[in-house]
Amino acid sequence: MTERKTDIGPPHYGQFLHPVIKANYGKWKYHEIIEPGVLLHVSETGDKIYSVRVGSPRLVSTDFVREACDIADKHSQGYFRFTSRHNMEFFLTDLAQLPALKADLAAKGLPIGGTGHSVTSIVHTQGWVHCHTPAIDASGIVKAVMDDLFEYFGSHELPAQVRLALACCLNMCGAVHCSDIAICGVHRTPPKVLHDKLRHLCEIPTTIASCPTGAIRPHPDKSLKSVIVNEERCMYCGNCYTMCPAMPCFDAEKGGIAILVGGKVSNSKTPPAFSRLAIPWIPNNPPRWPEVVAAIRKILTKYAEGANKWERVGEWIERIGWERFFEVCDIPFTFQHIDDYKFQAYDTYRTSMHFKF
Amino acid sequence: MHKTPLLDQLESGPWPSFVTDLKRAAAKKPQTADLLGLLERSYVDKITHWKHGGIVGVLGYGSGIIGRYTDLPDEFPGCEHFHTIRVNHPSAWMYTTKALRELMDIWDEHGSSVLNMHGSTGDIIFLGTRTEELEPCFAKLTEKGWDLGGSGSAFRSPSCCIGPARCEWAMYDTLEACYELTQEFQFDLHRPSYPYKYKLKLSGCPNDCVAAVARADCSVIGVWKDDIRIDQSAVQAYAGGELKPRGGATKYDKLDIQKDVVELCPTQCMSWDGKTLKINNRECNHCMHCINLMPQALRPGTERGAAFLLGSHAPILEGAQLSWVIVPFMEMEKPFDNLKELMSNIAEWWSEHGKNRERVGELILRLGMRSLLEAIGVEPAPQQVRIPRANPFFFWYQSDFDAEAKGRRYDTRQGFVR
Repeated sequence: MTERKTDIGPPHYGQFLHPVIKANYGKWKYHEIIEPGVLLHVSETGDKIYSVRVGSPRLVSTDFVREACDIADKHSQGYFRFTSRHNMEFFLTDLAQLPALKADLAAKGLPIGGTGHSVTSIVHTQGWVHCHTPAIDASGIVKAVMDDLFEYFGSHELPAQVRLALACCLNMCGAVHCSDIAICGVHRTPPKVLHDKLRHLCEIPTTIASCPTGAIRPHPDKSLKSVIVNEERCMYCGNCYTMCPAMPCFDAEKGGIAILVGGKVSNSKTPPAFSRLAIPWIPNNPPRWPEVVAAIRKILTKYAEGANKWERVGEWIERIGWERFFEVCDIPFTFQHIDDYKFQAYDTYRTSMHFKF
Repeated sequence: MHKTPLLDQLESGPWPSFVTDLKRAAAKKPQTADLLGLLERSYVDKITHWKHGGIVGVLGYGSGIIGRYTDLPDEFPGCEHFHTIRVNHPSAWMYTTKALRELMDIWDEHGSSVLNMHGSTGDIIFLGTRTEELEPCFAKLTEKGWDLGGSGSAFRSPSCCIGPARCEWAMYDTLEACYELTQEFQFDLHRPSYPYKYKLKLSGCPNDCVAAVARADCSVIGVWKDDIRIDQSAVQAYAGGELKPRGGATKYDKLDIQKDVVELCPTQCMSWDGKTLKINNRECNHCMHCINLMPQALRPGTERGAAFLLGSHAPILEGAQLSWVIVPFMEMEKPFDNLKELMSNIAEWWSEHGKNRERVGELILRLGMRSLLEAIGVEPAPQQVRIPRANPFFFWYQSDFDAEAKGRRYDTRQGFVR
């Protein structure tokens, strides 16, 4: 056996830089977005590079990547990149090359957009295609929502950028907690303890320690070598199931989708902010989740109508007040909206007379 | 091929369909055909059919592979083993087609031909292979210069924005810092030895395109200290409508400098008399709004570096956290020894005190910010807090009195020794 290579790390990015990018590294002066999905960056040297941003499903086949490579070989000198939101970017040095690239992308059904005041690709997780704790699918909901919001991907019609994200359970691998509109899979049933399996599969102290609300205790019958769950304390996070496979908390009908809104990560005007609960539960309805699609369109439309120039979703809501947000979006306000999780909760209760009717 | 009447309904509509794409792979690969069949079953049952991972990996590594098995192996034998391989991505996700084709060839030979470009942490995610394919696949990857990413209670593959490669706002070299730090922490990346995951994301400016403040324990966000550079003639061009707001990113034709820029400045540090834009730079809080709106007129200053923030994570367990400012400004020059040292010192404090599966941000909540700051030798600074405490329940230590008695300040490094 030849000597194994380990700990070499990823290849150095230097070998993957388009020649114009390499020549102008650190020298960029300004940028323009000449049309939705087409960025122009201009260097101090006068060099220009056009980046054409293209949507992708994120969950792809090797042939999908090869076809993207074919496009990059033909139009982009064999270089391209992916963005932090799963879009692809092809590079042009001359705008005259754009129509030919557009034609090849259109032939493959690949949309151009995702820049500026658009709805760009939805950051999302695995869902039913690969995850062991999801309440919902990921790729299917993303496809259904993006089909519906497609007009916003290739345009700059919104008051500001709107960032969507999806996490298929409360673990939030998709980090939806700071998105303008977040789709979050939620369980609503406590774990069912499989006593005969638990003793073989799980370490009892780590299982008990995994519960954020202290709802898990050793089973009083010591001979069982298992645990019991105080179901009133459980908020269905599934963290115990991550530590102990003998505690599944799935329920096909009770599981579903929560919508959170108003988060952001940029510092522009207002600081980064968490998304807040808008809708606590929508049924999990494959294959096209019409209730989720409709709920998101409604929030997005009301935002587009009501927001001032440059206002992100959260800034719009902050200005009009949450009571007004629930009213204009026709969303009932429920017990679930009032935070009662640990000490962060009291910071959200209103202590002023600054409210509206 | 399994019948997939529900998934077939996701083949229509304008957004690219993952179903149509996976069907191509399924036509060539029995295990991928089974994957589609299994996914269809989940669409019927409204429940996942993946079991917990077992411990699988490549020799000498404790991370990079996530074991995955279906609970329906008899019906879908191709998914009996369906492990994930995380391949550490290059800085800013830039590729040559040659390198990507090589990766795709490896994955066609050793796996399902299904992947994510990219996963949430940033890695290329190869979805679905058998245990016996792991070692040969790893050998082929390293042969071509690729390595595995992090998983479990390890240092996770860092990621960064496009930075100086193609952005005028990069306040440091995010790509090189990402590469350097990835290399520096290779041992910790491949051998989980922390209390829990430890993530690093690097953004070049406060727009934070990789969501460092929300998605990484260690968030490095570029910032400048001196004056925003102004081109007054370009400001005039925005005012006159010759230049489009936000470089054309909007539906709006023309900027109203007073209303859109000056009045929306969070610190009210700007003024506009119709001819000249003035900025009181000392009062600027680097939010980027004015620069975002007028990229040809305004540019960040030239005294550049980054802020280091710590602690963000998703809601499990104590509720979601955003990262907190720890070091308001650091120089960010290659080889980034200051950042490496800071991150190592934090990891050491966390490893010593953290409980199993306790993120570093949660440990700070439990032990207090002072415990961290003293351990890593960072002095208190008003930039670290949004607002000081409102309660009178603050602690004093004997060392504080000792320092006072000697005429020394206890809140400086000399006073940290207890």
